[in-house]
Amino acid sequence: MSFEHLIWSNLKRKKLRTLLTVLSVTIAFVLFGLLSSIKQALTGGVSLEGANRLVVQHKVSIIQLLPVSYKERMERIPGVAAATHQTWFGGYYQDRKYFFMQSPVVPEEFLGMHPELILPPEQKQVWLRTRTGAIVGRKTAERFHWKLGDRVPIQTPIWAKGDGSAAWDFDIVGIFDGKEKTDDTMSLFFHYDYFDEARGRGKGEVGWFTVRVKDPAQAAAVAKLVDGEFENSPEETKTEPEGAFLQAWVKQIGNIALMTAAILGAVFFTILLVTGNTMSQAVRERTGELGVLKAIGFTNGRVLALVLAESCLLAALGGGLGLGAACILVPALAKPLSAMLPMFFFPVRDLVAGSGICLGLGVASGLFPALQATRLRVADALRRM
Amino acid sequence: MAGPINWLSQVASVAKFGLLGIPQRLGSVTAAVIGIAGVVGVLIGVLSMAVGFKRAMNASASADAAIILRSGADSEMVSGLAREDTRVISDAPGLARDAQGPMASAELFVIIDLLKRSTGTRANVPLRGVGPAAFGVRDHLKIEKGTAFAWGKNEVIVGVGAAQEFAGLEVGSTLKVGHQEWPVVGTFSAGGGTAESELWADATVLQEAYHRGTSFQSVYAKLSSPAAFAPFKDSLTSDPRLNVKVLRQAEYYAEQSTVLSTLISTLGYLVASLMAIGAVFGALNTMYSSVSARTREIATLRALGFGAGAVVVSVMLESVALALAGGALGAGVAYLACNGFHTATVNWQSFSQVTFAFTVTPVLLTQGILWAAVIGLVGGLLPALRAARLPIAAALREL
Repeated sequence: MSFEHLIWSNLKRKKLRTLLTVLSVTIAFVLFGLLSSIKQALTGGVSLEGANRLVVQHKVSIIQLLPVSYKERMERIPGVAAATHQTWFGGYYQDRKYFFMQSPVVPEEFLGMHPELILPPEQKQVWLRTRTGAIVGRKTAERFHWKLGDRVPIQTPIWAKGDGSAAWDFDIVGIFDGKEKTDDTMSLFFHYDYFDEARGRGKGEVGWFTVRVKDPAQAAAVAKLVDGEFENSPEETKTEPEGAFLQAWVKQIGNIALMTAAILGAVFFTILLVTGNTMSQAVRERTGELGVLKAIGFTNGRVLALVLAESCLLAALGGGLGLGAACILVPALAKPLSAMLPMFFFPVRDLVAGSGICLGLGVASGLFPALQATRLRVADALRRM
Repeated sequence: MAGPINWLSQVASVAKFGLLGIPQRLGSVTAAVIGIAGVVGVLIGVLSMAVGFKRAMNASASADAAIILRSGADSEMVSGLAREDTRVISDAPGLARDAQGPMASAELFVIIDLLKRSTGTRANVPLRGVGPAAFGVRDHLKIEKGTAFAWGKNEVIVGVGAAQEFAGLEVGSTLKVGHQEWPVVGTFSAGGGTAESELWADATVLQEAYHRGTSFQSVYAKLSSPAAFAPFKDSLTSDPRLNVKVLRQAEYYAEQSTVLSTLISTLGYLVASLMAIGAVFGALNTMYSSVSARTREIATLRALGFGAGAVVVSVMLESVALALAGGALGAGVAYLACNGFHTATVNWQSFSQVTFAFTVTPVLLTQGILWAAVIGLVGGLLPALRAARLPIAAALREL
């Protein structure tokens, strides 16, 4: 009888118990997939292109505006390749619950700063010459069924026009995609010129600047220089790498990583107990047989391998099913959740980590019973038959 | 009469077998109990977060409290009111009055960046400028340490939640905001409400510091009675000099807390449901092995004339007893670990931090125990049926 065959018949000995154990491992890994995706949705979204970008905001708070004239001063700082600005528009489409980000930008500078956003060249040309033109990310365009050429009204409680109206009309002239899955394709961008001329207050002020540095290795030094440039002016600044800026936003929500880790910890501790228990039951029932195997010349190493292989197979079956189910379930949930959690997907990184955990679970749950089995003395074991 | 009593004693004796056998199956029993404890613990833990957040938002509002914003604004952050507006509002009918006059506080709401202790990163902390009526308008407002700020001076007082969550807010320290220095002169509590997440200063001083001229963002008002709200609202919304919206504070805060607390609860139920399915498998495993370990005993009892019903019920009883033990364990751990745990999260509508404490309520504990009982019932049912259907002759032959 081959080794594989032996493992397989052991698993089949109590089909129901094996099935139940595999299913509880499956559930644990489905949960692992869901929680990883939720964590990704809440904490992800840092663009790979952002490594050479800094974000400059008002030192007191991001709600304080900065003068648009800071751009020229920033671009004179050594190490700065380019600077451009954005402003929080805070609008919504039709109803407050249809909220997404919009920002006025200087189109050419903005697209130069964000090569991760892919906009067809002909759409870019139309945007540059259409004053009320706006480009919108693919996800938002799909969410509201917007097509090129649509004129969409956006309401904002923050920026009233000079005539007091809070409704702004934009012509959708471009729909952009992201290079990576984590690139933001939720936002809408429109002409700063149109915005600045039409707004009733705050003319010449913008929300924050994005600065591209010539050498990412010098980013920290450049950030210091930028803040030094505006020190002791009425509007002081705080400059940090884009990644850190975005992470700080995420952490405003709370320590998500800690919470998901706590829940997953509870889940895996439980599952470890359940599989570990199944394995030790299985070994206990089979004391006699293991004794026979040893009597006919199985080494301790082979007995150890036999029991460990069985527990790893259990874990792999359950883990494979669970991770597989998560891979199907997460994309299915992504659509209905897209408004609330736009970046909801199961990252490959976590899929790999999950496979690793799965193997670890197999070894951890099987190790103790396996050691017990190796310590078995043949005579004792046979007597128990 | 003899029938039911006999039946009960049958149930009791089979259940006794099961329960007395637990020490021999300690491993599998522990696994099932802890599995169920895990479900209940996670359920209660996550829901206590939603409950705590909601409570912090709702504790802010009594029935006679109103808030006035510019019409079209959904939070104070984006609202704006001129000084003339606030004067018109404080003359409106239905306002409560005290020795200083109408109880309406014109307020300013800005945010400043402070470091959050738990993450070490900056967070949007609300800084509120208030009028003299502010302390009367809110119920339960109390200076805990130090003193209230002096009117007309650059001084702040700090809500107890904010003092705990954000760095640099100790009484006696000085807060630097832009070029201004604000000594922290005291801390205050507000009955667990959102004000505890805030820093307070004199509105007129804050207007100057933020170059806001004489404009405000909201008016907090106390009405003479909850019923005075409708006439108060009508008189303001029909006043041609004003362009405002009037809300009960309870409504205003409910609107701001619903999205987040629904999101947290949904996630909590989702995760706990999946875990519950896993725990049912664990319980099934345990009970099947419990039944199979007692095949002979059960068969013997059946041969002696014990009913199938008694066997089913007693196996279920054992399963539910284990589940309840797990549930109680999970609820206890969740209570000890979560209840009163202070944290802060961002309220996207007001763009600022809200501090709150996880709150494990008796309702949550009951809910957790109920979940455990259901898991026990489901996990016990199939093994109980198997026990009852054991072919007696075959089982006895194994003897």
